[in-house]
Amino acid sequence: MELFWLAIGTIAIGVFGCVAWFWGSNLILDRIYPPRGPKAGDNIRKASQIRPWLFLGPAILFLAVYLVYPIFDSLWRSVHNARGTEFVGGANYAWLMGDGKFRESMRNNLVWLLVVPALSTLFGLIAAQLTDRLKWGAIGKSLIFMPMAISFVGAGVIWKFIYEYRAPGENQIGLLNAIVQALGGGPQLWLTLIPWNNFFLMVVLVWIQTGFAMVILSAALRGIPEETIEAAILDGASPWQVFFKIKVPQIMGTIAVVWTTITIVVLKVFDIVFVMTNGQWGTQVLANLMYDWMFRGTPDYGRGSAIAIILMLLVTPIMIWNIINARREVR
Amino acid sequence: MEGMAGRKSSLVWAVNIAAFLLVLLWTIPTLGLLVSSFRDRDQILTSGWWQSFSAQEATGFVRTGTAEDAVQQDGLYVIEGTVLTEGQSLIAWGTGPRDPAAHQPGETVEIEDGWQLTVAEDGRYRLTSAAPFEMRRGERIFVTTGAPARLTTENYSRVLTAEGLGRAFMNTLTVTIPATVIPILIAAFAAYALAWMDFPGRALLTAAVVGLLVVPLQVALIPLLRLHNELGIGKGYLGIWLAHTGFGLPLAIYLLRNYMVGLPREVIESARVDGATEFQIFRKIILPLSFPALASFAIFQFLWVWNDLLVATVFLGNTREQLVMTGVLRELMGSKGGEWEILATSAFISIAVPLVVFFAMQKYLVRGLLAGSVKGG
Repeated sequence: MELFWLAIGTIAIGVFGCVAWFWGSNLILDRIYPPRGPKAGDNIRKASQIRPWLFLGPAILFLAVYLVYPIFDSLWRSVHNARGTEFVGGANYAWLMGDGKFRESMRNNLVWLLVVPALSTLFGLIAAQLTDRLKWGAIGKSLIFMPMAISFVGAGVIWKFIYEYRAPGENQIGLLNAIVQALGGGPQLWLTLIPWNNFFLMVVLVWIQTGFAMVILSAALRGIPEETIEAAILDGASPWQVFFKIKVPQIMGTIAVVWTTITIVVLKVFDIVFVMTNGQWGTQVLANLMYDWMFRGTPDYGRGSAIAIILMLLVTPIMIWNIINARREVR
Repeated sequence: MEGMAGRKSSLVWAVNIAAFLLVLLWTIPTLGLLVSSFRDRDQILTSGWWQSFSAQEATGFVRTGTAEDAVQQDGLYVIEGTVLTEGQSLIAWGTGPRDPAAHQPGETVEIEDGWQLTVAEDGRYRLTSAAPFEMRRGERIFVTTGAPARLTTENYSRVLTAEGLGRAFMNTLTVTIPATVIPILIAAFAAYALAWMDFPGRALLTAAVVGLLVVPLQVALIPLLRLHNELGIGKGYLGIWLAHTGFGLPLAIYLLRNYMVGLPREVIESARVDGATEFQIFRKIILPLSFPALASFAIFQFLWVWNDLLVATVFLGNTREQLVMTGVLRELMGSKGGEWEILATSAFISIAVPLVVFFAMQKYLVRGLLAGSVKGG
């Protein structure tokens, strides 16, 4: 209950503080440069030069402290030793290149990058196309979209239950092993089955991301001008041809956006691996490896930061691509 | 023409079936967890959740009465009783552990020195002997019983009190609400400035926000934790609110700016001409008109903060009192890996709130996704 009041209090203070800042600073600005009187025009001009910065101030402060500063701080730490007391140059990066776990993580991240965006986009596209014209399509869509709302940890529990193992011949309580056993196969410990266990982890993320892909691709599909489709049908195109030769090429731009968005999620994938295998049995990924170096045993901030910087480098091309696109749109 | 129509309707059927299968595939994992969370704990471990509505087979033994319970009937000594508890049905029975399901209900078997045992279908047994019984402990009767599926809410009450999930629920709520409200306010003002005010560096700032959208927050963990320690914030609610605010801002500003740019120029210009201050324009025109975008972001941020594990683990600490629900769930996966009634129930409690929010506000979520992605490309 105490906690409850603390939360309410913080919201009140936070909200009140924000409002006080925006309202108060604007009021003071209007006092200093009143928009009336003999110098009204001059005052308004001066005030409107300052005002944007009052509006932007808190946001810039937060972005600078919570996102920009850490990038540089991580860079600095990545060229220092474990405790940040001594400059070691590229030693941390050199060590990474030779480390078996790091290579495994890079390899796994690469496979994740190839598999998850591709499958999510593909299933999303199929789901969008299938449900678009159905009477119960809206319900179907929400159900496919639903995993988006489930935490990675929750999804981890859900899928671990599906992969649950019982000895051969026993009553399987995991769905996957039950199906395998019913088909005459032997039950497996799926999460320790190197290297396929990586795919069983990826399935979880595909399951979550497909809904996102579906929602966006479905909007794009509906945005395709009817005339192009009608023309193709009149020319005798089969439904398959209409889909692959008329519809898909027209939404290529959106597919690219979906693909890159999921790519970023995949690069940062952490929770799923963390709770399901914790990087054992050859499933390590970069984000979890970094967590290991930073928070397990004796922390090594130098190596941890070096891994973080590698992650940062991996998303940089997408970042630049996004900025270029956004700027083109502004113009 | 007829052939065409026939082919068309078969195509419609194929689409319906394929869509249904896809939806089923995507729903079953969650459904399995939901069903399991309502099952009896023993039944979860002995049979798949898809069997939870059919009878559950179980094996065990019961002891007959002892010599004291014997009565004399027609010159025989008889012990009577039942092997079933209420609701169970008898599938098979036996007298030795080697073959516990040797006999069918209704059979009569001779066990030893003239003792006859009958177990009827309704579970009543009758042990007879010509000589008086002398045993102190009852004979074992092994039974294979069928129990009706048992669905219960016991797991929920147990988990909420014993596993600390009630506390974690409050913690999560305490983290989530301020971490959702505060960034909205800060972002709304910034987005308005970026969308409708003219100042040098505007394009650059907008580009910076787009760039910061993808910064992996892993980069920020150690630097911020150190910073918080140096500032005296340390680990706690204040730190995690600030962190979530910082991490959520780029998306908030980006979504809101994109939305506000699309608001009709005339409304804002005419308000300016009428002498409204920027603050008044923002409060009376922009904020109400931007409600859909504000709602979109609020849902994003709510889901993200509620479902987050990493930021909470790093900025809030890991003692039992401090854990949020994802943290508890993670701990349970480690310590109670095989106790599925606890795991399933806890998981379902932790995903229940996001699911409710999701289904109630799906419209805004979709709108926000579209504004964030399609426009951005």
